[in-house]
Amino acid sequence: MHQVQLILKKEFKDYFVSPIAYIVIAIFVIVTAWLFFSKFFLYNQANLRDFFQYLPLILALVVPVITMQLFSEELNAGSYELLLTLPLSFNEIIIGKFLAASAFVAAILAPSVVFPLVISFLGDLDWGAVIGGYIGAFLLGASYVAIGLFASSLTRNQIIACIVGMAICFALAIIDKMLFFIPQPVLGVIEYLSSGYHFENISRGIVDTRDIVYFASVIFLGLYATHLVMQEKE
Amino acid sequence: MIQVQNLTKYYHEFCAVDQINLHIAKGQIVGLLGPNGAGKTTTLRMLTGYFMPTSGDIRVKDYSVHQDSLKIKDMIGYLPESAPLYKGMLVYDYLDHIAGIRGLKGENKSKRIKELADMCSLREIMHKTVDTLSKGLKQRVGLAHAMMSDPEILVLDEPTSGLDPNQIVEIREIIRKIGEEKTVILSTHILSEAEATCDRIVIVNKGQIIADGNLEDIKGEAGRGAMIHIALQQADPDEARIVLQQVEGVDSVNALKAENGELVRLQLTCRASADPRPHIYHAIKGTNWVLIEFRQETKTLENIFRELTREN
Repeated sequence: MHQVQLILKKEFKDYFVSPIAYIVIAIFVIVTAWLFFSKFFLYNQANLRDFFQYLPLILALVVPVITMQLFSEELNAGSYELLLTLPLSFNEIIIGKFLAASAFVAAILAPSVVFPLVISFLGDLDWGAVIGGYIGAFLLGASYVAIGLFASSLTRNQIIACIVGMAICFALAIIDKMLFFIPQPVLGVIEYLSSGYHFENISRGIVDTRDIVYFASVIFLGLYATHLVMQEKE
Repeated sequence: MIQVQNLTKYYHEFCAVDQINLHIAKGQIVGLLGPNGAGKTTTLRMLTGYFMPTSGDIRVKDYSVHQDSLKIKDMIGYLPESAPLYKGMLVYDYLDHIAGIRGLKGENKSKRIKELADMCSLREIMHKTVDTLSKGLKQRVGLAHAMMSDPEILVLDEPTSGLDPNQIVEIREIIRKIGEEKTVILSTHILSEAEATCDRIVIVNKGQIIADGNLEDIKGEAGRGAMIHIALQQADPDEARIVLQQVEGVDSVNALKAENGELVRLQLTCRASADPRPHIYHAIKGTNWVLIEFRQETKTLENIFRELTREN
């Protein structure tokens, strides 16, 4: 556990050493604020639905940028060799990196708390939906982190890691919007696979175990796949 | 201390390390020598647990790399080739991070970092980022990294490659200091380095060990058939060749063309385990030739290495 903390601390600090962290946070805030406020006054409703509606897509594009260097850079610079010859287990390394990137996702989401605060002055806000939305957003982000981590472990090229991660996350985010292509019998299965669908449920303020289980299993699968890749490299 | 048994590593079809057996005792400084691509780095990487052998086993004390990889990693300090440290970190932060992973805490941690800073002369650069350091400085930080937990075994992959002569001497001194108490395994293709620092030299080629022993052993083993150079005045090349050919212990004589019509140069190859120099002296003494030059070519590690690793 102590080892996980050390890796978490090091990786999280790394984000703020390079300018990438600040750029990503700034872009995220600007894009979400624009998407949100551009319609907010038209509808004249005190809720965050517009903000949460686009979140699966935005995070699918942003999170792989955060996770792309986690393994790729180590592989490219050769520090992967140092990492693996230290007394650390694969699990400690993977979980440490996963938690660091997830914490960074939380840091990206944090500034957007301003939106509900502003709205609560203007009208009557359903805080349950907001809290549910943030829990969902964090789980969604963490799932994408697990996928991005896996993509990063595949290659020493950060760009490839980023694109592979985006492709998988994007597919999960939009697959429930593509359901009209899909034959009736498998519709339910495909819908269940979609991260957008589960996120929508949670962001309505209903924290259902099925949705939690979905995100937990995506995270588990992502981390387990990463573990397999590391084992294969060995 | 370390037992390597039938160690083999395949990269797909390519056999990088082929059935290596090696026993390393405590307190030895072992130099793993070989041309590029001989399998040195692969061997070290398996020893340090970076990847698993295809077959065979490495045991450190009573632990096997297959079952107790983490325990072995705990005992080994490793510096990979060209010290791939985290680029963006400050030297102090980096060492602090490693110290934490190595299980050092609080006062022990800061004490150990200070010790290593003195030992590897890092005081001045503690607050620089790693990517601003020169190669030599980086190597020293890497050495501090490897020695952080005061490990019983230190593994160094080409510790002096790319350094300038002063830095090489510095690093060698550090290695020798460590080697007084610890087991050190280093790989290199710079022969003078192995000669200068190692108690024992293991020459590897194409994944196999082709010589193993201390420098004298290897020189003796490969040094058979030493070469003797002679220069004579007032001698006839053919006649000199015939006389010297008959000397006991001489295998073959090669007479070079006479210089200025006077000086005759001869190259004598000696038979194994024989020193024919006294006999040669007496043979020449019996003639009226004037002996201008008489020297035995000392076999350097360079020659031996080339002889052993030459393609057939």
